[in-house]
Amino acid sequence: MVPTIALAPASGKWQSARDWRRGSPGEGFDLPAPMHGFANPARFLRMARWLMPLLLVSGLLLSLGAVLYGMLVVPPDRLMGETVRILYIHVPAAWLGMAGWSTIAIASLVELVWRHPLAAIAGRAAAVPGAMFTAICLITGSIWARPTWGTWWVWDGRLTSYLVLLFLYFGYIALSGAAQRDMVSGSGGNRITAIFGLVGAINIPIINRSVVWWNSLHQPPSITAGKSSIDGTFLWPLLIAALGFSLIFGGVVLARMRMLLADIQAEARLRRKALA
Amino acid sequence: MREGLQQWDYVLAAVAIGVIGTLLLVGWSLVGMARAERRRDKVRGK
Repeated sequence: MVPTIALAPASGKWQSARDWRRGSPGEGFDLPAPMHGFANPARFLRMARWLMPLLLVSGLLLSLGAVLYGMLVVPPDRLMGETVRILYIHVPAAWLGMAGWSTIAIASLVELVWRHPLAAIAGRAAAVPGAMFTAICLITGSIWARPTWGTWWVWDGRLTSYLVLLFLYFGYIALSGAAQRDMVSGSGGNRITAIFGLVGAINIPIINRSVVWWNSLHQPPSITAGKSSIDGTFLWPLLIAALGFSLIFGGVVLARMRMLLADIQAEARLRRKALA
Repeated sequence: MREGLQQWDYVLAAVAIGVIGTLLLVGWSLVGMARAERRRDKVRGK
């Protein structure tokens, strides 16, 4: 029942996923074989040490290059004029706001079903960058709306459901922080957080379909599976910007996972010292 | 012409918020990670 207790193996070193799962006998299912390789925190840390800076540096270079290209080279749009350049910040931020919660939902599912040792940490690590990109999307969207629609905000389906996403992030961050504090008492907070992460995922398809289901000032989807109504001149820098920001997102999640793991290791060591 | 200038004000504000927000997020995460790993190593007596 108390999986987080297993974050501190008696040996003080993580040998395998079993170290983490000790203390929660009979719960969850065995990890599928491909997930075993990622279930050992020591192995994960070895990988994160070289992958994180690679993701961050390549992501910063790609996104900065795409945004500069969008600012300096891309021509103004026939209808939106110069404001079309906001696309290169707003759209990647919107994708990552939803991708962040999708990450949380998948991590929550993996945690609840397979009790993967890193799943709760991955979910928590994705929450802050997800919330930040959601906030960036809302602010830049509001700035874009003023010259395009003549208003900063309208309570339509897309904008309102995206604002709800930001509040869901705040709730998840508060809940996971409380679960972390209750870790020693083993109150099952991680499970409640995971359930919240799964239930909150219902908002993702609502955001996605909102411009189809309800009348909205917001334009309908420009990019759907395999098709795009955006001209190639605007599209390619947008895809590169989205890739760059996604790499940054991945690097930040890895950095925050390392931070959370280091906190857990330090707390575990302090507890053992106090008990000795 | 004036309309074009006004549009650039919005563009610059949006890009500044996006870039500064992203850099703050990256910096905050790296500093937090370095601080947590330093604390862990200190507790371990390394």
